[in-house]
Amino acid sequence: MLKIDRRLIVHFDWALLALVLLILVCGVATVLSATYTPERLVSAVVVRQLVWAALGLLATLVAVSFDYRRLESWAYVIYAGALLLLLLVPVLGAVGGGSRRWLTFGPVSIQPSEFMKLALVVALARWLHRLAGDQPLPLAAAVVPAVLFAPAGWLVLKQPDLGTALVLGLSSASLILLAGFRIRYVALTVAVIAPALPYLWAHLKPYQKQRLVMFLDPMADPLGAGYHVIQSEIAIGSGQWWGKGFLHGTQSRLNFLPEQHTDFIFSVFAEEWGFIGALALLALYLALLLRCFLVASRAKDNFGTLLAFGVAATIFWQVLINLGMATGSLPVVGITLPFFSYGGSSLLALMIGVGLLINVSMRRYTF
Amino acid sequence: MIPLAQRETPLALRRRLAGFLAFAVLGLCALLGRLWLLQVIQGEEKRLLSENNRIRLHRVHATRGTVLDRNGQVLVDSRPSFDAVLVPEDSSNLALTIENLAQLLGQGSADTNAVLQQAKGRPAFQEIVVKRDVDWNDLIAIETHQLDLPGVSLAITPRRSYPLGGSLAHLLGYVGEVSEKEMAADPQYRMGDLIGKTGLERGWEKQLRGVNGGQQIEVDAVGRKLRVLREVEEVPGNTVTLTVDLALQQATEQALGDRDGAIVALDPNTGEILSYVNHPSYDPNVFAHGISAQQWRGFTQDAHHPLTNRAVQGQYPPGSTFKIVMAVAALEEGLVNPFTTINCGGGVQFGGHFFRCWKKGGHGGVNLHEALVQSCDVFFYQLAQRMSVDTIARYARAFGLGLPTGIALEHEKAGTIPDTAWKRRRFGQPWYAGETLSVAIGQGYVTATPLQMANLIATMATGVRYRPYFVKHVATLDGDVLEETEPERVQVLKLRETTLKQVRDALRDVVQSERGTGKKARLKRVEAAGKTGTSQVVKLGEVRLKAQQIPWQQRDHAWFVAYAPVEKPEIAVAAVVEHADGGGGAIAAPAVREVLETYFRLREQRSGRLYAQDRSAADRPL
Repeated sequence: MLKIDRRLIVHFDWALLALVLLILVCGVATVLSATYTPERLVSAVVVRQLVWAALGLLATLVAVSFDYRRLESWAYVIYAGALLLLLLVPVLGAVGGGSRRWLTFGPVSIQPSEFMKLALVVALARWLHRLAGDQPLPLAAAVVPAVLFAPAGWLVLKQPDLGTALVLGLSSASLILLAGFRIRYVALTVAVIAPALPYLWAHLKPYQKQRLVMFLDPMADPLGAGYHVIQSEIAIGSGQWWGKGFLHGTQSRLNFLPEQHTDFIFSVFAEEWGFIGALALLALYLALLLRCFLVASRAKDNFGTLLAFGVAATIFWQVLINLGMATGSLPVVGITLPFFSYGGSSLLALMIGVGLLINVSMRRYTF
Repeated sequence: MIPLAQRETPLALRRRLAGFLAFAVLGLCALLGRLWLLQVIQGEEKRLLSENNRIRLHRVHATRGTVLDRNGQVLVDSRPSFDAVLVPEDSSNLALTIENLAQLLGQGSADTNAVLQQAKGRPAFQEIVVKRDVDWNDLIAIETHQLDLPGVSLAITPRRSYPLGGSLAHLLGYVGEVSEKEMAADPQYRMGDLIGKTGLERGWEKQLRGVNGGQQIEVDAVGRKLRVLREVEEVPGNTVTLTVDLALQQATEQALGDRDGAIVALDPNTGEILSYVNHPSYDPNVFAHGISAQQWRGFTQDAHHPLTNRAVQGQYPPGSTFKIVMAVAALEEGLVNPFTTINCGGGVQFGGHFFRCWKKGGHGGVNLHEALVQSCDVFFYQLAQRMSVDTIARYARAFGLGLPTGIALEHEKAGTIPDTAWKRRRFGQPWYAGETLSVAIGQGYVTATPLQMANLIATMATGVRYRPYFVKHVATLDGDVLEETEPERVQVLKLRETTLKQVRDALRDVVQSERGTGKKARLKRVEAAGKTGTSQVVKLGEVRLKAQQIPWQQRDHAWFVAYAPVEKPEIAVAAVVEHADGGGGAIAAPAVREVLETYFRLREQRSGRLYAQDRSAADRPL
């Protein structure tokens, strides 16, 4: 089906793939630890995660199989498709944990918001790559990106999924900044948004407000929202230098930790592997990010740079927010730890993103 | 090869890329710092916590605010109650523990299942209330059998207490466990919390509830408390002071006795509710304990409807008390003057129907004054023939009839003031002139609530209609007043002085004159003014029957509305007695007299006491 250029195989970014696979393996192991019972070591959750990982690898391969520059012409179609899926969620979506985020196709449930992260990056890269350069961009250059972000951000926020909406916003903002948007406009934007905060506050769900209040004053609700963070901190802290060992985390196993295999998976990992383990994991993420930035800076065109950077920024923000929340440094919003948390859509979307990164990386020498 | 310029990413772009990278490195370093703090610096401490393993989060319920009467007497309070609670996680064999507990407390197995059911689908560390308000014996039993009851402990929670029982129940309302819907609306509430469900408890929920506190408690493997790690003090609810006078309230209750009905007394100069009686009533303590299905059925199926807040929900035909509105309308419209006399021969023939006066032999020649004093129906039938129903309705509404008074109680009813538009809307039919005759004596479609009638007579007394209210002020425990209710003028009657004077004179003679229908309301030292009413529940045939000959549900309602003193009104009262053994003059007027009597006696006593206090203060040596 494809005429494979020998140079593509030579330039395949094995390092990038290897880093991702390493993190993925750690993640599956930790999901296993978070969900195992003495009667059944490998839970159904782990099996499902493995299936998703396999699908993800397949998706990665598909994502490298074509020249990423063709995305330039598909960008808005992809964006429109993702938006359509998001629009279907309130209509056909399944409710889980109080919010409507999933679309169900037979045995498979997908979360369109996860794919929107990628679609938005592609669309923004498509729009911004002609503008990006040495000249600072005028204020007007942010209008189209804002228009692209707004419906997606709004739909996700309404699900409600504050975390994903936040990542969408931060990735978009990162891309605009990278493209050369003047930093002083950022200050202006902040000044404009600040008065709207009370309005936004009024539209937050009660539990979201509570989490924010709790973050500012953890003892405001020691029994509710504050509980998760307190337990998470205890789990992480009790890992100390070397951790309690694989499958030996007590805090998480005793169900003290809610959402221990999704949003709070890092607490399980840090409890079992200690500071050394956490350090290693952070090093892996840092290496991954360095690699991503390298790909971005070596891409042969602006589109490639922005595309690679967009994926990298998404990964970075999710890592930062997820870990910040688990360690009690940031308010609790629902967000997965890339390649680590349980969750099919998240993994699949990120693996496609990795595919795109490799795609950009290996085609830097071709026409 | 491709030209360099095309392949190279613009310099600025790469510089910004480097900036982002620096930011990312910085972010990860910050996280690392945080992890260092948690795992290395605080690691030992966290390890201890995780090994001793359990931290319980214990809610400390805020004590609900006290409710006082206007003189500082306690109307509603909170008392400590011991609840048996269970943390499922601390019990290795949950079913056995519950079984043991059930045996100790003597509860049936059904309850055991209910508790198990409750435990499902909830985090195992969350405590479940197994039994509320356990008595002394149970308390000791639980304490002594602690070893057989892992995970079970006693929690002290404040419980709502209504020391007066059913007194004022319809105004105070009651509290109950918060519902799913209420929890969704306000995240401050948790399962098992109490919330005001009706009346004052509901309307002033925010002021009364206070702020719950919490404790982070370290417990051992069987759930025994080791130490409190962190604590947030609860803030008790605010104190609400009512306008109600407890002594007057109790006298009013006595005045109504065990007859069904309602009496409302208010201050016509402000709209403050002074007493508020509904009979029958219910004991709100029953709700505070958690009402059983059987008790609830008992309430709802009772033919006397104890849960009905008659004073604002009971819509009764006002009977002859409505003649006050008719008299004002006739004078203002210039249809009568003090000398207009009509002959009452015991009834009026109109449209093929004979409209009777209550006095079989008729009143003879009566003017407006006498017609009010003796409550002559014929006089008002004649007025009705000269007045359109829409005019009557206009005056009735000026007195606040047909509209909710706006008192802060839920489900207040508006009553009905019919007019031509109303009838078209309601029945799709035109208004018939004959129907106006019924309206003129407060029958037919006219209905009003007792509170509206109290408001009506208060408005008549002062010329100003206030919104009735019952919360005087809300204050913190330290006595700092947070909010104070200001009297709210809803309407100032724009009537001629002569109109007011003539009607008021007549109302005074209703009580003060020997011919007056309300003479049984006469007081010893204070002049009162009022109006009687007897309203038919069902249209009876031509034959007059004695009350005792009629089935209870079909007997008339007796009304009396009054204010006093005549010269400078201080109190206005409306009383309705359902299915009374006699008319307003015989049944309702004496009840109102008791209320007024008590009011003036209390006032005298209190001013005397104040005087005595002043004296003693003055007499104190310097």
